[in-house]
Amino acid sequence: MEQFIQQLVNGISIGSIYALIALGYTMVYGIVKLINFAHGDVFMVGAFIGFYSITIFHFGFFPALLISMAACAVFGVLIERIAYKPLRNATRIAALITAIGVSLFIEYGTIYIRGAQLESYPDNIVPLKNFEIFGVTISGKSILILAVSLFLMMLLQFIVHKTKIGKAMRAVSHDMDAARLMGINVNNTISATFAIGSALAGAAGVIFGMYYTKIEPLMGIIPGLKAFVAAVFGGIGIIPGAMTGGLILGVIEALVSATGGSLWRDAVAFVVLILILIFRPAGLLGKNVREKV
Amino acid sequence: MRKKKVAGIFMSLMVAAGVMAGCGSASTSGDADKDGVIKIGANLELSGGVASYGQSIKEGIELALEEINKDGVNGKKLKLVPFDNKSDAPEAINGATKLISQDKVAAIIGAATSGNTKAQIEIAQSNSIPLLTPTGTSADVTVQKGKLNDFVFRTCFIDPFQGTVAANFAAKELKVKTAAVFIDSASDYSKGLAASFKELFAKEGGNVVIEEAYLAKDTDFHAQLTNIKGKNPDFIFVPGYYEEVGLIVKQARELGLKVPMMGADGWDSPKLVELAGKDALNNTFITNHYSSGDSDPKVQDFVKAFKAKYKDKSPDAFNALGYDSAYFIADAIKRAGSSDPKKIQKALAETDGLDLVTGKMKLDKNHDPIKSAVILEYKDGEQTFKTKVNP
Repeated sequence: MEQFIQQLVNGISIGSIYALIALGYTMVYGIVKLINFAHGDVFMVGAFIGFYSITIFHFGFFPALLISMAACAVFGVLIERIAYKPLRNATRIAALITAIGVSLFIEYGTIYIRGAQLESYPDNIVPLKNFEIFGVTISGKSILILAVSLFLMMLLQFIVHKTKIGKAMRAVSHDMDAARLMGINVNNTISATFAIGSALAGAAGVIFGMYYTKIEPLMGIIPGLKAFVAAVFGGIGIIPGAMTGGLILGVIEALVSATGGSLWRDAVAFVVLILILIFRPAGLLGKNVREKV
Repeated sequence: MRKKKVAGIFMSLMVAAGVMAGCGSASTSGDADKDGVIKIGANLELSGGVASYGQSIKEGIELALEEINKDGVNGKKLKLVPFDNKSDAPEAINGATKLISQDKVAAIIGAATSGNTKAQIEIAQSNSIPLLTPTGTSADVTVQKGKLNDFVFRTCFIDPFQGTVAANFAAKELKVKTAAVFIDSASDYSKGLAASFKELFAKEGGNVVIEEAYLAKDTDFHAQLTNIKGKNPDFIFVPGYYEEVGLIVKQARELGLKVPMMGADGWDSPKLVELAGKDALNNTFITNHYSSGDSDPKVQDFVKAFKAKYKDKSPDAFNALGYDSAYFIADAIKRAGSSDPKKIQKALAETDGLDLVTGKMKLDKNHDPIKSAVILEYKDGEQTFKTKVNP
C-alpha cells in the first residue's frame, strides 16, 4: 500500500512537469491550430537560460525562473515571426513540417554553440526538505512543481477568460478573418499567444532542471512528445485538459513501472495517445463545441 | 634528414648482408631489430573525439620506455613509433598498415577504444604482428565469433570481470545477503556486468531479490527505485554510465534508499559528483583498473615517477594502463629473446604472474588478463582507495 501511494506521488511529480509543458502546447494549438513541435526545444532553451542565470549570474531560483520565462517569451515570438508567420495561410502540413524543422534547428544549433555535453543544476538552489508521511517520501520539490503548475494554469485561465488580450485570443481562435474585420490585431494576438506559451515552457525547463538536475541539448524531445500526448489526452486546446492529461499520464507511467514494466513506460504513453485518438478524438474534456482556447 | 641518412645506411648494409648471405629472406623479421633498436608502434587516438585517452596512454608508454631503456631489453633499446589515428576507425587501419609495412615495427600498442582496435585486427592477424590494446575492454576484441584472434592482446580486464569483482566485494567485504540489480537495458556493457555479477553473487550465497531496468537518456527513475525499495535489498548494483547513474543515486537517496550502491568504471567521471551531489554519493563504490591512492609500493613508485616527469600530474587509469602495456611487451620481448613478432606473440600469450602497476597479470586462453581490480569508495565527492581485489 505504501508502495502504491509512493508510486502515485512519483507519478504526480512527473505528471506536473508534463502538464506544465502541455499548457503551452495546448494554448498555441487552441489559437493557431498549429502543433508547435519546437515547444519542447523552447523548454530546453529555458532550462539552459535558467542554468546560466544561476551559475554565472548567481540568481536565486525564482529570479532565474522569471528571467528564463521572459527570455523564452521573446524567443517564442521570434520563432513565430520568422518561421510560422509567413506560412499562416499555407496548408497545415506545411506549418507542421516547418515546426519539426525549427525543432531540429534549435536542438542542433544549441549543440553547435555550446557542445553536446550535459550540465547539472546546482543542488542547493531551493532549500526544500523531504517529507515522510506514513512511510511515503514526498520531496518538497515535487510539491513546489505541482504548486507552480497549478498557479500557472489558473493564471492562464484568468488571462484567457478575464482580460482583453484573452478575449482577442478567443476571437482569433474562433475565426481569424472575422476577428480581423472587427479590428483585432491578429498578428499581435498570435505573438502574445506564443509569448505566453513559450514563457510556460521556459518555466517548465527551469523546474525540470531543479528537479532532475541533468540538462542537455536534446532533453526537450521526450518530455515534449509526452506533453503533446498529455495535451491530446486532455483535449487539445483546452487548458484544464492539459493539466488533467499531464497528471494522468504521469500516474499511468508510474503505475506501469510499478507493475514491472519500466521498459514499456514510453510505449504505454503512446498507446494511450492512439487509444484516445480512436475512441475519443476530442480528448477527455473535449466537447464538440467551437470555442476553444 | 639525419634519419634518412641512417635509413640509407641501413638499406645499403641490408643489401650487402643479403648479398653476402646469398639469400633474400633475411629482411622479413629482422627489420624491427636494427642497430640495437626494436621498434614498437603506437596507434593511438592522439586527436579527435577521445584524444584524452590516447594522450594519456602515450604519456604512460613514454615514461615506461624511458625506464626500460635504462637497461635495455636483451641489450637493445625499444623505440616508440607513434601514429595518430584521429579517433577514427579507417584512420586506425591506415596507421596499422603504415606501422607494419613502412616502419616494420615488432608489435603495435593501441588503440584506446575497442572499436579502433577491432579495425586493426585483420591487418595484425594477416601480417602476424602482435596488437596490444591498453584499454579496449569489449570482450569481442580478442575473441570474435568463438574464434581467438591469436595476435591480439589487451592489458586491461574485460567488462564482465568487473561484475565478478563487485559480487565478490559485496558478498565478502560488505557481507550483504540480498541485492538489487538495476541495469541500462540499452547497453551491452551494463548487461554483461549484471550477468556476471548475478552469477557470482548467487555462488557466494547471496540472493538477487529484484531486477529493474532503465534506458539510456532516461531522467526519471523514481518508479523503479520505489519498486526496489519495496523489496528492501541490502545492496544495489548499478552497472551503468555516469550520466544516468548520477541521477539514479540522487533519486534513490531522496526516496530514502540508504543502502550501499555499487557500479564499475562507467561511473568514473567528475560529472557524476555534480549530478548526484556529494552527500548522495557517500556509501557508494566502484570497481576500476587502478587507483593512484593504492598503497602498494609498485603503484606509489609509478605515481612518484609519473609526477616527476609530467609536472606533478596525478596519473589516471589510462596513464597506468599505457605504462603497463609497454612493460607487458618489454617482458615478452625479453622472454622471447628476439624481436621476431611471432616469438613475441608466443611469449605474450604465455605471460603469467607479471607484476604490473594495475595488478599481477596472467593471461587466460582468450588472451584476457586475469588480474586484480581496485575498489574505490566515494567520500564527500572524492574517490578514495578502499581495497584491491584479486581474482
